[in-house]
Parts: sequence; C-alpha cells; structure tokens
Amino acid sequence: MLEISHLSLHYGRHLALDDFSLSVGKGETVVILGANGAGKSSLLKAIAGVTPADKGTSISFNGRPIHSLPPHQIVEAGIALVPEGRGVFGDLTVDENLALGAFAKRARAHANDSRTFVYELFPKLEERRRQYVNTMSGGEQQMVAIGRALMSKPDLLMLDEPSLGLAPVVVGDLFRSLGQIRQRGLALLIVEQNVKMSLSIADRGYLAEAGRITGEDAATSLLSTPAVQRAFLGGAA
Amino acid sequence: MTLKSFGSVLFFLVVLAALAFLPFYAGEYVVTLMIGMTGYVVLATAWALFSGPTRYISLATVAFFGIGAYTVSVLSETLPYVLVLLAAALVGLVVALVVGLATLRLAGVYFVIFSFGLAELVRQLVTWYEVNITGTLGRYIFLPVTSDGIYWQLLALAAATLLFSWAIGRSRLGLALKVIGDDEVVASHCGINIAGVKLALFSVSAVIITLVGAIQAPRWTYIEPSMVFNPTTSFLTLIMALLGGVDRLWGPLLGAIPLFLLFEWLSANFPNHYPIILGLIFIAIVFVLPNGVLAAAERIFSKRRGVTVPAANQGGAL
Repeated sequence: MLEISHLSLHYGRHLALDDFSLSVGKGETVVILGANGAGKSSLLKAIAGVTPADKGTSISFNGRPIHSLPPHQIVEAGIALVPEGRGVFGDLTVDENLALGAFAKRARAHANDSRTFVYELFPKLEERRRQYVNTMSGGEQQMVAIGRALMSKPDLLMLDEPSLGLAPVVVGDLFRSLGQIRQRGLALLIVEQNVKMSLSIADRGYLAEAGRITGEDAATSLLSTPAVQRAFLGGAA
Repeated sequence: MTLKSFGSVLFFLVVLAALAFLPFYAGEYVVTLMIGMTGYVVLATAWALFSGPTRYISLATVAFFGIGAYTVSVLSETLPYVLVLLAAALVGLVVALVVGLATLRLAGVYFVIFSFGLAELVRQLVTWYEVNITGTLGRYIFLPVTSDGIYWQLLALAAATLLFSWAIGRSRLGLALKVIGDDEVVASHCGINIAGVKLALFSVSAVIITLVGAIQAPRWTYIEPSMVFNPTTSFLTLIMALLGGVDRLWGPLLGAIPLFLLFEWLSANFPNHYPIILGLIFIAIVFVLPNGVLAAAERIFSKRRGVTVPAANQGGAL
C-alpha cells in the first residue's frame, strides 16, 4: 500500500535520511525502531509532506506517487499523522478537535461514523467532549490526537513516538487501543522507542540507525534478535 | 433559527436601519464623523479577518487603502462610478494575490516588516509615476457623490464585512482558521490547505480595505500620495483591532469606535501633542489589554480556564 524507495532527505547539508526503502502492506502494522537521531521522525514528516524529500525519492500510496504533494492532499490520499508531542489544539474542545480532524473532503461524509468509532475506542473522550484539551492529562491529549487523526478516515495511520512522556500504565492502555485500531483493518506505521510494547502489536519492524535502515524482520523474530536485545532491551535480557 | 439568534439578527437589522437614517436627523458634522468611524470599523474588521486567525501582523493596510483611492482618482472621469469601484476592487485583488503568493511564506516579524515596506514601496512607485510620467503630483476627484452617499456605501460595506466574518466563523473553514495560527503543521495534517486559506483570506481582507479607500476618495476632492498612503492609517487600524480583540467578531468594531472618537477629540484639542499621546495609547493597550477588551471582559465574567492568548503573541511581535 505504502511503497518507499530511495528516500533521502537533507536539512541544509545535514543528511537526515540516507536512501530509505520500506513498505507497509494493507492492514499491516509496521514499527520503526531506532535511537534518537536515527531519522525516524524525519521519515514520517517526509511521508506526510511536511518536509520535502530530496530528488530521486519515490513514495507511492495505493499505487499513486505522493512525494510531491502538499500535506493536505496527502491527508486526502488517506494518510494521517499523529505528530510527536501530541498535535492537538489546546484552545479547542475535544469535539472541536475531532471536527477539525474530519476537515478533509474524504472524511466529511463519514464524520459521524468516525466519531462513534473514536468514542468507542476512548470512552473517556466522550465523557469530556466539551472539555478544553489543554486542561486534560498527557494521556488524554494523546487520545485526542489519535482520535483527531482517525477522523480523517485514513487507510494508514502514522504515529510518532506515541508513548513519549506518558506514565507506564497509560502506555499499556495506549497500545491496547492501537491494537483495536489495527483490528479495524487500518495499516499502522509507528515510530517508537518503547520496543517491547510496539513489537508486541506489530507485524514487522525495521531497524534504523543514523539515517539508514540496518535491518528488517518479522516482529516476533526481532524481539529475539541479538542486535535488538543489545541496543534496546538492555543486553541479554 | 432559534429565538435567540432571531433576536440578534433583528437587533442587528434595527441598529443598521437606525444608522442608515442618521443623515435625515443628524447634522453634517455627525455624518462626517460617522464616515470616518465607519471607515475605521470596516478597516479594523477586515484587518482582523486575515490577521486575527493567521496572526500575521499586517502594516500594509494603507497600501490597499491608497490603491483604492488612487484608482478612483485615475478612473473617475472615464468610467461610471460603479465600474470605478469594481475596477478598484479588482486592482486591490490582483495586488493582494501577487503580494500574497510571494510573501505569505514569511513568518513573524519578517512579514510585519515586509508589509510596512510594501506600503512605502507602493507610495514611492505612485509618486515616481506621477512625477516622471504624468508630470503632476496630486489629482483632483470630481464625482457627484454626496457625503450621505459615501456614508451609506461605507455602512453597507461594514454590514457586508461583519456578515462575511460571521458566516466564516460559523463555517467549517472558521474552525480551521481558529487553529492555523496555533500550529500550521498540525493544521495541515488535518487536511487544511494552509497556503490556500491564507491567500484567500488575505485577498478578501485586502479587497475590502481597497474599497474603503475607493469609497472615501471623493470626500477629499484633491489627493496626493502622502495623504492616502499615510502609514498612520495602518497603525490606527492595527491598534483598534487589538484593543477590541482580533479573535472575536465584534472585537475590532468595539475597538474602532472609542479609539476613533478619542483620536478625533485629541487631534482637535491637542494638535501638537497628538502623535505623542497616540504613541502612549499604543503602548498602554499592548501592555494592559494584550487580548483586547472583549477577552478581558470574558475573563472577568467567567472562571473558564485556559482561555486563548493569541493577541498576547501579537503584542510581542510589535
């Protein structure tokens, strides 16, 4: 569904992504693992069209090239991003945030169904639908951010460090919700430092290091790979 | 339509009608005063239409205002009045589109400086053209438009501008506008065409401002660049909008009316100290009421937490 080949990205002279190639299949959950500076966030920004990739890059979605589209048309194509650090509008209520999520033309007709789904997924949001988002906890704001992204009726949902700054208990809930989203047939592309949690819901994973992809395998095998154990799971655990 | 909104519409219409009949029972002086005041109400509301949600502080108000006035002075003898107004709006639109496409990528203080420079550039270009090509500096405008006529046109434009702002505020676009000044990147992830929205708003705002200049032009009979491109117009518009509050429909109007009256009184009674007092008022408003009077009133009357603070950022950008 999402096919990326030869994706490179420079910030000025700094090379952030060096010839990335990866793919996400229909309904598949893929995790990108890597330390800070591995290029994970840059990858999602390049796909979402926020940061333009270098020449020679090819990104296609459902068979259609999208690497030269502006961000709002990429949303129309069916890709939603939950950016790092939430990406909610604190001065608006939960309901208003969700309404904005359905701004894309592809999403408008389905706004009611999408809202029902979001409230099923996060019942707490329905209780607080009229509350201003900047008065909510970090975990609740993350729910709003994910809900907002789901409102655009995406085929692929991308999440940038969704567990960042959340309490361990909340992280568990978050990944359970992501598992439910996955069961609805959405494809997920997750960038995470919480390796155990993210691999537990993923089909496949890529390892990224200093702007390059250094490995790729099924999620279950990655969990027992020595390189992953060494780098992320604290040695011979 | 609910009873309450029906009531507000009725109230709006009654006030509008009362204002429209003003020339029949008030004197010439009041009409002149109302022309100036209505002009600034439109300028401030149109300014806030673009600068409120996007938080782009524009000092180019007078560029479009002057373009409107000059277009009228150039075309008033050759075209019927309605076509002259249309032509002015069209010139304003074209300039806004060109300028908008080129500059809406600029952010923060760069845009402020650019917009100020734009107003000066337009003034210098017009001056250069008049001196070197036509060989005159000023132009006469002889149009059979009475001051009552000017007043009614401005009143209609004010009503249309407020109606337009209100309609946008209730639309899907209005919700989007609330957030593009907050976080453009996230807004674009919602599927909002940021560049398109900004350009459209900038153009609509500029066309309205151009029309204010065009409608007011016949009042002067004689115009020259230093009059109609006077930067004070931009500053007054900005401070009126900030005083009222840029993120509320009635904010700019509530800022424009008292400040206009105050400035009239000051310039009549303290003509020599007027600029100094003006400067002090600017500073006072930015420090004391960074979000405008409406926001301050809301803060006092409600205990709602987490009220927006957009105007505070604008104060910082000044």
